[in-house]
Amino acid sequence: MATQASRIAGRLMLSPAVVLLFLWMIVPLGMTIYFSFLRFNLLMPGTEEFTGFENYSYFFTDPAFWPALVNTLTLVLGVLVITVVGGVALAVLLDQPMWGQGIVRILVIAPFFVMPSVSALVWKNMLMNPVNGLFAALARALGLQPIDFFASAPLASITAIVAWQWLPFATLILFTAMQSLDREQMEAAEMDGAGPIWRFVHLTLPHLMRAMTVVVLIQTIFLLSVFAEILVTTNGGPGTASTTLTFLVYMQSMLQFDVGLGSAGGIVAVILANIVAIFLMRMIGKNLEA
Amino acid sequence: MAREASKGHKAAVTVLAWGVALLIFFPILWTFLTSFKTEGEAINSHPSFLFFDWTLENYETVNQRSDYLAHFWNSVVISVGSTVLGLIIAVPAAWSMAFVPGKRTKDILMWMLSTKMLPAVGVLVPIYLLARDAGLLDTKTGLVIVLTMVNLPIIVWMLYTYFKEIPGEILEAARMDGATLSSEILYVLTPMAVPGIASTLLLNVILAWNESFWTLNLTAASAAPLTAFIASYSSPEGLFYAKLSAASTMAIAPIMILGWFSQKQLVRGLTFGAVK
Repeated sequence: MATQASRIAGRLMLSPAVVLLFLWMIVPLGMTIYFSFLRFNLLMPGTEEFTGFENYSYFFTDPAFWPALVNTLTLVLGVLVITVVGGVALAVLLDQPMWGQGIVRILVIAPFFVMPSVSALVWKNMLMNPVNGLFAALARALGLQPIDFFASAPLASITAIVAWQWLPFATLILFTAMQSLDREQMEAAEMDGAGPIWRFVHLTLPHLMRAMTVVVLIQTIFLLSVFAEILVTTNGGPGTASTTLTFLVYMQSMLQFDVGLGSAGGIVAVILANIVAIFLMRMIGKNLEA
Repeated sequence: MAREASKGHKAAVTVLAWGVALLIFFPILWTFLTSFKTEGEAINSHPSFLFFDWTLENYETVNQRSDYLAHFWNSVVISVGSTVLGLIIAVPAAWSMAFVPGKRTKDILMWMLSTKMLPAVGVLVPIYLLARDAGLLDTKTGLVIVLTMVNLPIIVWMLYTYFKEIPGEILEAARMDGATLSSEILYVLTPMAVPGIASTLLLNVILAWNESFWTLNLTAASAAPLTAFIASYSSPEGLFYAKLSAASTMAIAPIMILGWFSQKQLVRGLTFGAVK
């Protein structure tokens, strides 16, 4: 089949991508691991020394660590629940016959294309601002007290913004999966007198299971790295109320210049992400064989 | 009778779906509308939806600040540059994996994917220091390199899933007719691969345009793309709603239009072919 020459040519064509990606992965990761065992502050050059696991114990005992871990999990879980439940509901809704379906789909998908800094600023200033924001105007019109969202519920507010950005993604993928639903089976069940709820629970949901898993895994990878939304809205505050692991590492290494401590935190984030990644890879790997 | 019921059903679904869709789209619509208001109108405590004096002055103001155009240009260079560079590296790789697969092809693909799972913050410090030492901090070149590597696995995967669908028999037929490797690539494969390459290009320009971790951390002023420029509106300029809206509208409009054309590819590219 494939000749010797074409096999060698194939190898040559593949190698630049493989070599570059390998370097991209191994060099910085190796450096992070190395730094994580050093006392290394950019403000005090020349004082680097090996300290073993000191950075790790500092990182784990940092008063911001537990709040950051809890905030990270809360943010990720909150967004996942909203987007998966909302995404399934929207996918089922969009799948019904209606007028102007194409336009509806375009409107629903739109938030995914908004860059994070824009959506964070628009939500923070124009919608959620307690004085001039639209929500405040609505509250006043209804005779209610406007809410200062980022002061009273910073993490919930950020969760809402991020969920708004990712709902389109979940919807789009679940809607795509709906297209391959067996319509004849659906109709047969309907003929047999199965109600819409029975059909949803026993036919639609199992069919969407796989797509839902993919949505959960991929979003988790991206959500663990949420950054711009926090930087623009609360800067992690008040206190540590909206500091996530990613943001904590950013503060330690880019604002306090503590490279050693930041690197230890980075490695913790890598381990956390890897746990998710293993499941995701297994799913995609299975698909590759099919 | 049944037809009547289904028409009623369709009408109800239409109303509900449009309602939900408009609600989701509302923040974008509101930004778009506010960009045509005066600053006073924009913070009016009785906001008006359509009935205000439409003005283009915000767009003029934002464009007169020549730095807006500079940042817009940075976004274009960085997103298109990193995508094109990524394609140059990825097309041969995906081609060889799709048409001359070896024993380890699947492992290589999975390994490439695994590099994408590495959270950016885990390599923030080394990349920052390497960029600093190489003099690439706050340069477009530096960001093009970083974003090329960040998106390379997605580019390879998307191209691979497209190339996989090109029937191998065509290649064999061409070979039988005496086509050389280069003419095979040029006259047989390229025309069939163009749609897949175009979709990959589109999705990756979108991803690179909106990328907000590296663009915020590796730029200060001169190479900052729109993500970083808009983030600098955080305060106090963010309180000028009309100008913020005009700047935001210009930052997201081009990519939103591209995005609407690439809905299908989006699913495929972002799920690495797990959902089609």
